[in-house]
Amino acid sequence: MTPVAAKQLRGMKKSPKIARAFLLKLELRSHPTLLCVIRGALEPLMDMLGFSAEHTRAIIRAVDEAVANIMRHSYHGRLDQPIEVYCNRLQRSTNGEAEQGVEILLFDCGAAVDTTKIPARSLDEIRPGGLGLHIIRGSMDTVQYKRAGRLNRLRLVKYAHPSKGGCGSSEENPS
Amino acid sequence: MKISSRKLDKATILDVSGNIDMSNSPEVRKALLHEIREKGVTRVVLNLTGVAYIDSSGVASLVEGLKASRESGLRFVLFGLNDSPREVLKISRLLKLFEVYDDETQAMAS
Repeated sequence: MTPVAAKQLRGMKKSPKIARAFLLKLELRSHPTLLCVIRGALEPLMDMLGFSAEHTRAIIRAVDEAVANIMRHSYHGRLDQPIEVYCNRLQRSTNGEAEQGVEILLFDCGAAVDTTKIPARSLDEIRPGGLGLHIIRGSMDTVQYKRAGRLNRLRLVKYAHPSKGGCGSSEENPS
Repeated sequence: MKISSRKLDKATILDVSGNIDMSNSPEVRKALLHEIREKGVTRVVLNLTGVAYIDSSGVASLVEGLKASRESGLRFVLFGLNDSPREVLKISRLLKLFEVYDDETQAMAS
């Protein structure tokens, strides 16, 4: 990691908006071989939160594609740049029923690239590429990009009726 | 991720195991295109039984393989799709584009 990237990463850690307690925080470099580490970390967490196998796969797919987009578009393939991933539990009430969810925040210090607006190809076209954003949107309930100072922040949210108890549900919606 | 190939009559079967993502999808693309351009092959069969995950770059490699096979006038067949690869092809609206079979016997008999 370059000194500049290290300084930016320290700045990310001090950001008050991400200082609250999260269930999981991952710090990684922008190297594609680390994508499997993120996937490997998210699977047991989503299982612990009570997501079904199908929803867990959807969340993992979205985060994997979002991090790959950061590596590709925000950092232009540089391998040593900082990325942070935060996961937190959410809860909302729908028709009187509590619905569990997860919020995933992705931070990077790259160029201001709104990865939610990267040109996605028409799904009617038969050609490689341009599918990442379709996959993210098709897998999550909420996809929001925000430029915060020198940081890119991508917020992904997924709600699901849990298939099992998870690890408790006492938290308020922190967003 | 590992890729190996074997010949069966005029077909080439590519056995892939592991996950396909941005870090290794170029290897899949290269292996696929190599087999598709091999002379005398009429069918390239991709065994995805051992693949639990494919990302959009992996899907792009499959689409490239499909296009190259059409250009070469041969068949490109998939079998053994696990849940996640099947879902990503479905979200991408590409599932119906590919010839997909449950197992190798069906893929070779088709």
